[in-house]
Amino acid sequence: MHKLLSTEPGKKLLLLGNEAIARGALEAGVAIATTYPGTPSSEISANFFEIAKETDFYFEYSTNEKVALEVAAAAANSGVRSMCVMKHVGLNVAADTLMTLAYVGVKAGLVILTADDPFMFSSQNEQDNRYYAKLSGIAMMEPSSVTEALQMIAYAVELSEQLQEPVLFRTTTRINHSSEIVTTGEIPKRITKGHFQKDPFHYVTVPAVSRKLHQKLLKHQKAARTISDSCPFNFTEGSGNYGVICNGVSYNYVSDAIKELKVQDTIKILRIGFSHPMPSALVTDFLKGCDKALIVEEGEPWMEEAVKAIAQEAQITVLIKGKGKHFFSRLYEFDPAMVKHIMADFFGLQYSPVQPVDISGIPEIPQRPPNLCAGCSHRATYYAVKKAAKGLDTLYPTDIGCYTLGLLPPLSMADFLICMGSSAGTACGFSTATDQKVIAFIGDSTFFHSGIPPLINAVFNHHNFTLIILENGTTAMTGHQPHPGVDMNQLGYSGYGKVSIENMVRAIGVSHVEVIRPYRVKKSIEAVRRALEFKGVSVVISRELCALFAKSLKISRGKPFYVSNKCKNHRDCIEQLGCPAFYIEDEKVKIDADTCIGCTLCAQVCPEHAILPVKASL
Amino acid sequence: MDVTRLIIVAVGGQGNLLASKVLGEAALLSDIPVHMSEIHGMAQRGGVVESAMVFGDAKSTIISDGHADILLGFEPAEALRAIQKCNRDSTVITNLHPIPPFTVAIGKGKYPDLNQIQTLIRNKTKRLIAFDAVALAKKAGNVLAVNMVLLGALVETGLLPLTNEQVREAISTRTRKAFLDINLKAFELGNTAARA
Repeated sequence: MHKLLSTEPGKKLLLLGNEAIARGALEAGVAIATTYPGTPSSEISANFFEIAKETDFYFEYSTNEKVALEVAAAAANSGVRSMCVMKHVGLNVAADTLMTLAYVGVKAGLVILTADDPFMFSSQNEQDNRYYAKLSGIAMMEPSSVTEALQMIAYAVELSEQLQEPVLFRTTTRINHSSEIVTTGEIPKRITKGHFQKDPFHYVTVPAVSRKLHQKLLKHQKAARTISDSCPFNFTEGSGNYGVICNGVSYNYVSDAIKELKVQDTIKILRIGFSHPMPSALVTDFLKGCDKALIVEEGEPWMEEAVKAIAQEAQITVLIKGKGKHFFSRLYEFDPAMVKHIMADFFGLQYSPVQPVDISGIPEIPQRPPNLCAGCSHRATYYAVKKAAKGLDTLYPTDIGCYTLGLLPPLSMADFLICMGSSAGTACGFSTATDQKVIAFIGDSTFFHSGIPPLINAVFNHHNFTLIILENGTTAMTGHQPHPGVDMNQLGYSGYGKVSIENMVRAIGVSHVEVIRPYRVKKSIEAVRRALEFKGVSVVISRELCALFAKSLKISRGKPFYVSNKCKNHRDCIEQLGCPAFYIEDEKVKIDADTCIGCTLCAQVCPEHAILPVKASL
Repeated sequence: MDVTRLIIVAVGGQGNLLASKVLGEAALLSDIPVHMSEIHGMAQRGGVVESAMVFGDAKSTIISDGHADILLGFEPAEALRAIQKCNRDSTVITNLHPIPPFTVAIGKGKYPDLNQIQTLIRNKTKRLIAFDAVALAKKAGNVLAVNMVLLGALVETGLLPLTNEQVREAISTRTRKAFLDINLKAFELGNTAARA
């Protein structure tokens, strides 16, 4: 049995934030969950996927976040409690749905989880998704700890039903990827089927209907404000004439600082867990008892603006500070010492900071950037494209996935990236605005997510570029989730369909399509060359299973290779391919037999044919 | 209860996430509050993996520069890279078996000298315990048990609010049965290494 299905209430478990959230959904009676995978949210859905296999809980990996939200919205409007999980930038994709879903509302609870990523540990930006709650007008919850994340999901589901609106549940990486000992509650029986009550003049958002629905949304917001003022997740702590208003993980740093500085009687805290709408009566009361107040929040001055507006309304004139020079930054994540320092400074507290060791005299330590795995098929594809495009003035728009690591030398095969699907979209623009040879790269899962409309655009508007689709049979970067091109039967799952990328590309009307097996180096270079010579839109599908995924499926590859004494130290292998199985010993290139998967790429590249398979006798 | 802060740094694939999980489970079995966080998005792509563990009455799950009581390095250059997490009173435990970053192989940087790494850490902190944990893992029967060797050394210092028995129990209940004997042997070899 999956550990999150434990029926023993009051059981203590060491859980990752994302596991606690998944457990929270079960305890909240959620029966349908959807997602498109994205770090730092991925483990929530990985657990849902496993749980769905064992129970009547329904979970799906949708093609993108917009679709995922639409699936969940329909379920919630049929009376089934639902949840939709995504990383922060996923909500940009789902924003079109979100904005009008807020007008339509829900019947059963719907929680939309956005996992924000301050510092961009694994994201292209660090946008603060709290603005989506304000923009769409829905209520928002923000936990400060793993335990609270578990408890808050059930509250959010019930709040959603009470308000008849979806609720935004906002986490940050340090909630998702922190672990804590939590105590489980009970898992109620799930209601897995509902019935959709037709009411087209409520549900079909033509202008005349939407004009009424917007009024309804504002009414719901007003109700939400009242609930926010009495919500147990908005609470005060400590006493004194100084005030700190904080949310999320910042609360932990503030709380630890107050304890360490022993100022529980000087500084009081207002912790905001229900943050949209802000609890204006609570904030007003809190500010009335303060000589000055500090707002501690990562990201944008979201609460700060709200608190200042509330203060103005109540004619409170105390000093309120948050973001700014000598105060908190809008950049990156906070840490406990930084928060303690700014608090001590602002409130004039005695404090002697701990000095980190002096780092003088420490030599420069070589960087250890992540690298494409040994035998990664993307490396072979990049090599083939590089050889085929030799002498051309190339431009390489890329996309989101492991292959983005092709940015780094020695491959250096990435020139431009904005977001999911932008490879093909920007290729249309670059090929129009420049005379450079545009070659764009996109992974299979990303192609399904948002690469299809720009490819249709390219065919219709007759753009001139080559799109390389890296079909490695999985969503590799986020932990090997399936996508619509995967044969689920092969993975032991039944009841799934399969969509062929090749058929789809041909159906879109791309007239030049090549399919390559990238480990066949010579043939691949020739095929890419043909695609590059074609005037118009050409597509190369590079088909080879992700090496790491193959290993996890126990699909055996060839024997490892070694560098024989025929080697004349050209170093084409190491300098052009940069495979992590290579290392240098006594000025010679060697191959680590435990790391090498026998992809044969280097053996085909070596001008001396010096790289040979390890024989059993060796 | 006093707060003890531990940073663990490793290269993806060295098993440090299991090591921190074992410590977390030991804390759970022993009723000791623990908060931990990890950055592991690139663990399988050869990048650096860092875990922070805070034992005792604190809410934060991350550790600021200078605030680690103990730094546990699975790889010597990574231990040195993370040294700013320490202060003069910190204890550093590190494996001495190097895993040169790939950047070294393609001529972008030089791996620091192992003696220099040890001298620098020893001079800047209170105490350094350094040994070849890979050799001890092999001696225990599996090179992958390097995480258990390092846990053995860590717990032996007595700096964590956990005993050898409590951590052994967590290893027994939380690691794969097939590797249990090797894991416990590796843990003991780590105990001995820290006493040397």
